[in-house]
Parts: sequence; C-alpha cells; structure tokens
Amino acid sequence: MTTPAEAPLEAPLIPYVDPQRHARGKRKARRDAVIASLSTVVVFAVLAFLVTATPGWDAVKETFFNWDEAVAAWPTLLTAFALNIKIFLIAEVCILILALVIALGRGLRAPVALPIRILCTVYVDFFRGVPTILVILLLGFGVPALQLKGVPNSPVIWGTVALILSYTAYVAEVYRAGIESIHPSQRAAARSLGLSSVQTTRYVVLPQAVRRVVPPLLNDFIALQKETALVSLLGPIEILRAAQISASANFNYTAYVVAALFFVAITLPLTRFTDWLQKRDTRRRMAGVR
Amino acid sequence: MRRSLLISAALPAVAALALAGCASEAETTTSSASPTPASSADCTAENLQTLNAGTLTIGTDKPAYPPYFEDDDPSNGKGFESAVAYAVADQLGFSQDQVTWVTVPFNKSYAPGAKDFDFDINQISITPKRQKAVDFSQGYYTVNQAVVALEDSPIANATSLQELQQAKLGAQVGTTSLDFITETIQPTQQPMVYNDTNDAKSALEAGQIDGIVVDLPTAYYVTAAEFDNAKIVGQFPAQEGGEEFGLLMAKGSPLVSCVNYALTNLKDSGELQQIQDEWLVGKDAPYFTE
Repeated sequence: MTTPAEAPLEAPLIPYVDPQRHARGKRKARRDAVIASLSTVVVFAVLAFLVTATPGWDAVKETFFNWDEAVAAWPTLLTAFALNIKIFLIAEVCILILALVIALGRGLRAPVALPIRILCTVYVDFFRGVPTILVILLLGFGVPALQLKGVPNSPVIWGTVALILSYTAYVAEVYRAGIESIHPSQRAAARSLGLSSVQTTRYVVLPQAVRRVVPPLLNDFIALQKETALVSLLGPIEILRAAQISASANFNYTAYVVAALFFVAITLPLTRFTDWLQKRDTRRRMAGVR
Repeated sequence: MRRSLLISAALPAVAALALAGCASEAETTTSSASPTPASSADCTAENLQTLNAGTLTIGTDKPAYPPYFEDDDPSNGKGFESAVAYAVADQLGFSQDQVTWVTVPFNKSYAPGAKDFDFDINQISITPKRQKAVDFSQGYYTVNQAVVALEDSPIANATSLQELQQAKLGAQVGTTSLDFITETIQPTQQPMVYNDTNDAKSALEAGQIDGIVVDLPTAYYVTAAEFDNAKIVGQFPAQEGGEEFGLLMAKGSPLVSCVNYALTNLKDSGELQQIQDEWLVGKDAPYFTE
C-alpha cells in the first residue's frame, strides 16, 4: 500500500498530486472546454444571424461576396498575384543585405568612417520620413523620363527599387536596434579573447543581434508584401489593379475581396510564424526564470 | 380547347406588353427631350422662340481650341463645332450674320438655371446626371477612340490594327479606352493601366509604353496643348453605344425639338459626316484599317 508520504520516494521525478485534486482538475478542464466551445458557437451563430438579418445584407452579399464574380475573377487575380510575389521576393533579399550594410555603417566608430556614418544616417532619416508612394512615383516615372542611356525604364524595376529604398531604411533601424541591444560586455569579452573588431561583429554581435530582431524583421516583410500593390500606380497589372479593373467593369467589388484573401493567405503563415518565433524567443530568454 | 383559348388570349397581351417595353426603352435611349416631332414649318427663324427674336445665340468656352474652333474665333465657321453650329443655324433658317456667339465656361454650361444662349456647343458629353439640370439635343458626334504616341515611337506610323497588336499600350483604368485595348485591339503584350490619364502621359513621356489609347477629343488636347513631340497615330471608327456630344440647352427649352430636327436632317443628308471628316479626321487623325 502506497501512502501519500511515500510517493515522492518511489517516483522522485513526478511531483506528488493528490488524486482527488487531480480528478477535480480534469473535470474542470473538460467543463472549460465544453463552455469554451459552446460560447464560441453561440457567439458566432448570433453574429452570423445578426449580419445576415440586416436589411442591407442581400445587397452586401451581391456586391462583395458574389460567388460567380469570384470564380470569374480568380484566374486573372492569381496570374496578377505572381507579379506581387516576384516583386516581394526580389525586394526582400536586396533589403536584407542592404539594410545590414546601412546598419553596420551607422555603427562604425572609427573617426575616418565619419562620412559613411553621416551618409547612412541621412539615408535612413530621408527614406524613413518619405511616403513610399511618393518614392514609387518619383522613381517610376521620374527616372525613366530622364532618358539616360543604359538606365532601364521598366516600371516594375523602378517600383521594386523604390520599395527596396524605402524598406531598407526601416529594416536598417531594426538591425541597429538589435546590434545595440547586445551588451557591451559581449564585445569586450570577445576582444579580450583576441578577436578583431570585425571578427567580434561577425561572430559574436551579429548572430545574437539578428536572432533577437527576427520577429520585427518579419513584421516589416509582411508590410512589404502588402505594399507591392503600390507598384500598380506605374502601370503594371498586379493583383490590386486586376481587381480594380474587374470591379470597375461592373461595379461589383467581389474581386477586391478575393484579392484581399490572396494577401491574407500569404501573410497569415508569415504572421503565425512570427508569433511562434516571438514565443520561442521569450521562452528561451526567460529560461530558468520563474 | 380551353388551353388554346387561353393562349390565344394571352399572346396579344404579352405582345402588347413587350411592345410597350420596347417603346418605353426606345424613349429613354433617345435624347432627353424630343417630345414632338418637329416639322420644317415650325422650325423657321420667324417661328422659333430664341433668346433674341431673329437671332440665334450660341455659346462656347474661350479659348476655343482646334480642331473644334480655329483661331480662337467661333464666328469664322472654321473648326468642327463652329461648322456644326452654322450648319444647324442654316437648317433653322438663320443666316451667318444672324448668329451671335457668347462665352460660356465649360463647367457653368451644364449648371441648372436660365441660360444666356439658345444652345451651347463645347464638346459636352450627354450624361444622365447633366440631363437632370439641362436639356441636350441628340448627339452630333460620337466619341471615337484614338492612339497617341511620341513621334519616335515604333508605332508612330502604324496604319492598321495589326501593327498596334505588337505594341505596349496604356490606358486609364475603368475607361472605354482600356476596354477597347483588351477587347478590340487585343495586343500580344499586357497593357499598362493607370489611375488617370496624367500617369499614362508620364509613362508615354518616359518611354515606358509605345502609345496610349484615349478618346479622340483628349487625343487632340494632349497632342496640341501638352506634348510637343506627340501625335495622333490614328482613330478607330465609332463604336456602338459610345459617348456622345450634344448641343446643350436650358432645361425645358422650346428649341430642343427643332434642333433635333436640324441635326436629323444634317445626318440624313450626310452633311454632318462631311463636316466631321473635314475637321476631325483628315491627315491629323486617320482611321486605322482592320
């Protein structure tokens, strides 16, 4: 016969739980689950009823959630969305690299590097302050109008360049925040071990800094993903424009809703991934803290 | 027997209904107010209730642009609208020196209220909204679509639809022009689509597109007033259901039926087409061949 007092000796790794309390906990968990599901179902059912019972619902459904329109618009939107993805992927790679360069440039402390620091600071101040849409119009129509030899005039290229310039400024600041969050003792310790300044940055500071800023970086990329729609201003038919053409043809806005779903479909995994990274990061940093 | 009786009774009723439907549709599609078919006897200079008895007062904006007017002087009979105005006057029995011109700003022309002209001719499109405030004659001109390109564009000398199919064309979103590209020209390259004509012009200037499709009046304005190195490559024959310019009269004007009578005469005799060919086609805006 096992007495409660003996239990810890027999199974030292499992903390002792009073069986009655354990059963109570289990019952409570079951009840909680039932209540949670019930409340969810009821609330959503009431919401659905309220929405569909409003007098304007038929018009709303017809104008925004027209199934036939959605089916008709879907293939065009999908083709157009490929352009958004292309712009996004190219821009993202360039931004990651350029922004790191700018962030490191701003962090240079050598007296001889002052002009670089000034340049990087001015760049960040400028492009963070200017609306992206303005940069897109300025570069997309402005630069090709100069008719310079050897300079491309493709609106897609200049639209992408504008996004890169704009977002590099944001991302550089994210990097810089990460770099500055690394405690100076890390650098001091690395230097005392004989690592050069460059090696210290490369092997000690950056790995920690980048890991720390991954969630905010992803945040910026979700924003970037959405801003690819701005390139439509320059003429290329990406998904927003394709939806607009469809909507203006028959004053039915279903195509916009479908386009919105496309954006959500691609940002949602990224958003969840960011959440998960953030949680993991918190867990790791809080490890051992109770 | 019974059934056939029922049918035979129902048929005429259905036919009558259908006819009634047709009739009312026909009434709404033809211009706003042409209640009584005028005859030549009613429409003479003596019988017409013009603003000033014995003279016909015609309004237009100043400056009056080519090809609608020449030398900023509506009274010289030169230019498309000047010629149309005098042809209408002639049909109504007014000699050239019985016509007086007044300046009417475009935006004020279709405002509600009394007018200081008998009719206004100023490239005013007939729209349902304007028809609430003023009366229009039937259309004297159906707006054609035209292609504008820079003089060094690869399609600057295109004469046929086929040559245009190879080009990169641009248009404003939600316009007849854009529909015209995708449905009639059907180019091999995806067209570029802009928020407004100004963006399309920027892209044209920057060499991002070979040509823009706009309506002919806009094409004339763009090439005459905005670009010094652009030309109208050509225009397309009038499309069914296109936008129409009408002569504008005060709401309830007694002249509407007579003006329509005059226009009908000019159309039937081919004189209107002759005037249009003389001033709006010519070497400046040739028709594209199929």
